[in-house]
Amino acid sequence: MTETIGAIATPPGRGGIGIVRVSGSGAPAVAERILGQCPPARIATHAVFRDANGDSIDEGIAIFYAAPRSYTGEDVLELQGHGAPIVLELLLNLALSMGVRLARPGEFTERAFLNDRLDLAQAESVIDLINSASQQAARSAARSLMGEFSNAVMSVDQKVLKLRVYVEGAIDFPEDEIDFLADRDVATAAEDISRALTNVLERSAQGAPLHEGLDLVIGGEPNVGKSSILNALVGDERAIVTAVPGTTRDLLDADLVIDGLPIRVRDTAGIRESGDIVEQEGVARARAALDTADAVMWVVDDGEADPVPPALDAPMLLVRNKCDLTGRVAGCIDDRDVRLSALTGRGLDELKSAIKGLVGFEGGEGAFLGRRRHLVALEAARASNYEALAEIRAGRAELAAEALRATQHALGEIVGVTSTDELLGEIFAAFCIGK
Amino acid sequence: MQHPHTYDVIVIGGGHAGTEAALASARSGASTLLLTQSIETLGQMSCNPAIGGIGKSHLVKEIDALGGAMALATDQAGIQFRVLNGRKGPAVRATRAQTDRVLYRNAIRRMVEAAPNLRVFQQTVVDLVINDGVIAGVVTQMGLAFSAAAVVLTTGTFLGGRLFIGQESQPGGRAGDAASGPLAEKLRALPFRVDRLKTGTPPRVDGGSVDFERMEVQKGDEPRPAMSFLSTPDDHPRQTCCHITHTNSKTHEIIRAGLDRSPMYSGAIEGVGPRYCPSIEDKVVRFAERDQHQIFVEPEGLNTNELYPNGISTSLPFDVQIAALHTIEGFEEAHITRPGYAVEYDFFDPRDLNHSLETGSVEGLFFAGQINGTTGYEEAAAQGLVAGVNAARKVAGLSLWTLARHDAYIGVLIDDLVTLGTNEPYRMFTSRAEYRLRLRQDNADQRLTPMGRDLGIIDDNRWSRFERKRDELSRLTSTLKATMVSVGSDYAGCIKQATGDEIRKDSTLLSMLRRPGITARVLSGPLGLDAPIELLQQVEIEAKYDGYIRRQDESIERAKKQEQLALPNTFDYGVVEGLSNELKQKLSHAKPTNLANASRIPGMTPAAISLLAVHAKRGQRTNAR
Repeated sequence: MTETIGAIATPPGRGGIGIVRVSGSGAPAVAERILGQCPPARIATHAVFRDANGDSIDEGIAIFYAAPRSYTGEDVLELQGHGAPIVLELLLNLALSMGVRLARPGEFTERAFLNDRLDLAQAESVIDLINSASQQAARSAARSLMGEFSNAVMSVDQKVLKLRVYVEGAIDFPEDEIDFLADRDVATAAEDISRALTNVLERSAQGAPLHEGLDLVIGGEPNVGKSSILNALVGDERAIVTAVPGTTRDLLDADLVIDGLPIRVRDTAGIRESGDIVEQEGVARARAALDTADAVMWVVDDGEADPVPPALDAPMLLVRNKCDLTGRVAGCIDDRDVRLSALTGRGLDELKSAIKGLVGFEGGEGAFLGRRRHLVALEAARASNYEALAEIRAGRAELAAEALRATQHALGEIVGVTSTDELLGEIFAAFCIGK
Repeated sequence: MQHPHTYDVIVIGGGHAGTEAALASARSGASTLLLTQSIETLGQMSCNPAIGGIGKSHLVKEIDALGGAMALATDQAGIQFRVLNGRKGPAVRATRAQTDRVLYRNAIRRMVEAAPNLRVFQQTVVDLVINDGVIAGVVTQMGLAFSAAAVVLTTGTFLGGRLFIGQESQPGGRAGDAASGPLAEKLRALPFRVDRLKTGTPPRVDGGSVDFERMEVQKGDEPRPAMSFLSTPDDHPRQTCCHITHTNSKTHEIIRAGLDRSPMYSGAIEGVGPRYCPSIEDKVVRFAERDQHQIFVEPEGLNTNELYPNGISTSLPFDVQIAALHTIEGFEEAHITRPGYAVEYDFFDPRDLNHSLETGSVEGLFFAGQINGTTGYEEAAAQGLVAGVNAARKVAGLSLWTLARHDAYIGVLIDDLVTLGTNEPYRMFTSRAEYRLRLRQDNADQRLTPMGRDLGIIDDNRWSRFERKRDELSRLTSTLKATMVSVGSDYAGCIKQATGDEIRKDSTLLSMLRRPGITARVLSGPLGLDAPIELLQQVEIEAKYDGYIRRQDESIERAKKQEQLALPNTFDYGVVEGLSNELKQKLSHAKPTNLANASRIPGMTPAAISLLAVHAKRGQRTNAR
């Protein structure tokens, strides 16, 4: 028996066809529920995809691969429908409602590797994939849920820990006069956690509009031509371009699609020390944008001898602008280093291919999944906490404790595991224990 | 001189770990020698006179289910039995027995002396014989050499032990007994990481000088529980009661005034004491706002007046101990028979052990008990049993035996120790067991006795009693499954009368048991089911917890998969891209043996586990080539 996972398998917004992939021993059951029956293995079958009420969501091709002859080595169901994000989200949500767990970034490939479906040479790329995909997911989730999201989740996590201190303390130290389970405060604390979780969930749902595109930030010192490059890429006068350094005082952004890859390009204020308050603010925002970017274009003047780009987490492309002034030939120096002239447009095509190469077409997941994963964890936490509240009210301590453990476990998917020793430490700090 | 007789297994130490190890090794069929400094103190309870308690009685019942001695001895020595957490749920329900020290020691000694394959010899061990990293035997004080292919070391607090009362300190393992100095030195020369821990005891008091009228009486529980699967309350000796009193602000004042002469606060003791069992001076300092602390006044035995005032362990100077004690209600005139003291001792970092409790660097050498950084008789005995079985299996050339976290508290104990280590004396708590709902006292026999039978450590008597219970349970379950409660039937009427629940749909009695109001007592009372109440209760628990346990089964499955992905000792976490520096450090320090262990390290995230999984798998496949 394997845990069944699911995700949208095609890159976000990529166009014509979208695929929802489900892998694990529950895949045939999911097929039966959505398609009415599990299609014969390895035969592309035309089908209508229906929700729990039998209403049609979409129609398309369903393919079932029986274990072990599949990409992951497990039972796999692929639903190929129209590429519209909303349709894919509906299909995925339907699968998740049947007990399928949202796959982690790169998890299909991870399973393929763990089940010996990939050869050893591919291990490196699997590691890179999980690595970059999870970093990107974390960035996009943080972006879509705003900066205070993780603080809010951490604060709920602390509340759960505090409540567990009371419940586990009462269980493990019944002779120490610290059994406050019957106190109204304990139930109140659980109610408080419910409210806090609902609040975080609501704020997440109302959060910044989701940009499915890749977040590409243009950075560099003032007057190296960042805005000109944005304009050249987009093809209109999106940013105000003048020869005065520090013209871009705030972030400017534009959406574009390069060969089907949706990208949101953000221009930033040039990074330099400045006395101008407005410009200082612009620089601060620029730094924040660079820290959360999926990818960065670091622009320098081609006349600069040995440019030193800053150290950033995101993959970075060095762009040497104004080669019309230096007279050097435009084009790729290597995968991560391009020379061009935004003014003449020379080197622009090379820049576009370098961007594609930099971010890759495979393995990424958009803001929707990154955020969805966190929402799933938060919803699981809220459900467990409700259960805990009911058990506290019914006076069933060990079941309340169990539900609270599950609550903390769900939050741990976002903020990391809490160990028993940390919990015990909190109990010993809060109460005088010990005969 | 070489002793003329050769043994398969030698156990050094006759405490709770040592006796359980020697008995388990002998039960496994190995000819076993127990070497102790003193035969009189076999099975000695050096701290409080009680066995069991939360988490601990779970261990005792598991030891019992594996044929061990501790539960049987407790039933022969228990003078007050209580059920703890009676209302908090069956999984966290525990049994605690106040025990007569002399009766307990006698019971253990009788079992040791009666055990086939087991011999006892009184002599202090001063050296281990190790050839090329493999244990070969031991040498005692008089120069007597014993050879053996496996050795279990259970020397408790005796290694480098130092006793503290106020500003005075002297070497010793327990008041009245010498420390094992030369052996400690020899062991320090081996490649084990050594550190210091401390623990303490309260002053003992003469019951004749105590005014019990001024204290609260604490009686044992009725119906009285038994500790062993094989015992009934009829096996217990005469029962007695405990008392409860409290410290007060005067007591605290005197303690505060004496702090400057306390070895804990003057820095003379460097070892770390347990957070859950602080000395009275610690309680007064750390919880300054409390104006009283509870003291359980426990009898040391049936044939002595001596009392153990549990809750005021201390290493304050003796004059402070007397003055503080006399402020306590009932103790105004109390005579101290033995001063309280703290003991600081060596322990070996348990992360240098395998899950079998064999040391990683000396083949055939096993460590069990307090030497591994644990505290408590029960924790010691549990390790002793595992080490004893494995020492015997090692000599017989069999694969070593380990228990998983979902099998038993013993598995949780050992896994915590060898993967996470400890920086305070490690004590079992039910919150340490993530599969707590399935690791109950009531099913310890079902979880472990069949395993023990396969290991060859369950005798025919216990096995036939176990089989009888198992058959009765399965018969009872089938009956409940076959009995339909139909709408409007007599049964439905009884249920409505007993619980107020209206039966609206035909269903089996077994599925009825899932409802909160329908309990074993309803089955045996109003419904008149003819079966022992303990069995009915067990069926009820299984039915009510079925959903939870199945949920846990899923995570056990996941953990089992993760356990198969080994993380070798040499695994370089520094090169795993994508792990935070903090996690890299924690992992390098903890050296988890497999992915399941790694997943319990604080701060681990699903993405980090994925990365480790792929790295571990890559390592396996590279090695397979």
